[in-house]
Amino acid sequence: MTADLALLGWSAWLALLSLVVLAVPAVAVAWWVAQPGARAPRVVVEGLCTLPLVLPPTAVGLLLLELLAADSALGHLLARAGAEVVFTPAGVVLAGAVMGLPLLLRSARTAFEQVDGRYVAVARTLGRTRAAAFWAVELPLARRGIAAGALLAFCRALGEFGATILLAGNIPGRTQTVPLAIFQRAQAGEDASALRLVGLATAAAFGVVLAYEWLAGRGGGRARG
Amino acid sequence: MLEVDLRLPLADFPLRVKLSTGARAVALVGASGAGKTSLLEALAGLRPGTEGRVVVDGVVLQDGTRGLRPEVRGVGYVPQDLALFPHLTAGQNVAFGATPGSAGDVARWTELLGLSGLLSRKVTELSGGERQRVALARALAARPKLLLLDEPLSALDLPLRAAALKSLHQAVAASGVRLLYVTHHLAEAEFLCSEGAWLERGEVRAVGAVDQVVSAWLAAAAPAR
Repeated sequence: MTADLALLGWSAWLALLSLVVLAVPAVAVAWWVAQPGARAPRVVVEGLCTLPLVLPPTAVGLLLLELLAADSALGHLLARAGAEVVFTPAGVVLAGAVMGLPLLLRSARTAFEQVDGRYVAVARTLGRTRAAAFWAVELPLARRGIAAGALLAFCRALGEFGATILLAGNIPGRTQTVPLAIFQRAQAGEDASALRLVGLATAAAFGVVLAYEWLAGRGGGRARG
Repeated sequence: MLEVDLRLPLADFPLRVKLSTGARAVALVGASGAGKTSLLEALAGLRPGTEGRVVVDGVVLQDGTRGLRPEVRGVGYVPQDLALFPHLTAGQNVAFGATPGSAGDVARWTELLGLSGLLSRKVTELSGGERQRVALARALAARPKLLLLDEPLSALDLPLRAAALKSLHQAVAASGVRLLYVTHHLAEAEFLCSEGAWLERGEVRAVGAVDQVVSAWLAAAAPAR
């Protein structure tokens, strides 16, 4: 049981790192996509960022592996910089970040779109630059949607399987996460052990779902304009 | 002196406004969709594509296609829905546009507009009249040279409107700010403003004494008997 809890903690830590990695780019792209103006470039960028949501995770994993393998240009650069991604915990983090990106991006985009443009307009007439108005008005007003998207992205990273096993492998104590361990135990016929891990994961997931419901406004008051 | 010679393409017609007045307070009247709000937004520097010239008391805000950014224009704007920041308290709203040098103004307008007991309240908990006064104090505390009010009293019932109008009159007189006040109400226009301008389909049809301009507008708007 202690080992299972440690595995859950390690998986959650890696998922949290995935969230840290994807948070800034996802929120920045979401804000940009939500702005009025020319739609075509925004649709293309959002479409590319949404691909991990619709592609098979194993396909995303294989693409990442090809992109970062030691014999690829990027892999060569990373190796020269002393950074290893393939079959390392960094690979788990990267796979989780890529798979979680569309969830945070889409949630944050909706949240930014719901912020009335008049708030920013008035903030600017009150002396705030465009950037200052973002920090003082847009981001706080969109915070619930962003937080809810972050929670979903965290869960996606925590439950990631296909992309992770291709990019980072399934190395116990290093790149093995809860879903990989469940798969391995079930494959080995250790059903009771696998089910115990499923129980732990279910309890953790239920807690996260409750937090999501609260953040999405069902458990607390919404800000009104 | 307020000198305006603006052009801005709108969806249904171009906005082409020529207006020159020495009056402190000017009522802007016209039917819904005449371009009044677009004119206010253009004057505040919030509408890209605006061309022309705007001068307030000798300060050039717009010349040709180049204009000062909204945050340095010194033009205050209170939209019809007031756009109070819902994530801030009343006090934080009032202080939003204040600079270190204008902290005294926050206290002054808070006192003058009777907001002292409301500062810690969320703006979502305020009545319509209280919200209107917070929006006005917020705009005035930023020390604008020109204040644009877009039917700020339209959501209030008659007794509240009378009280709010009195507060508004006091505040405008005390600040010395130039006022452009959009309204559909003759009494409001006459109480606050000495001059009026009638806007129709993006063009100024008449400028002059407020009662004459409003009468001309109402006569033109009334159906023939």
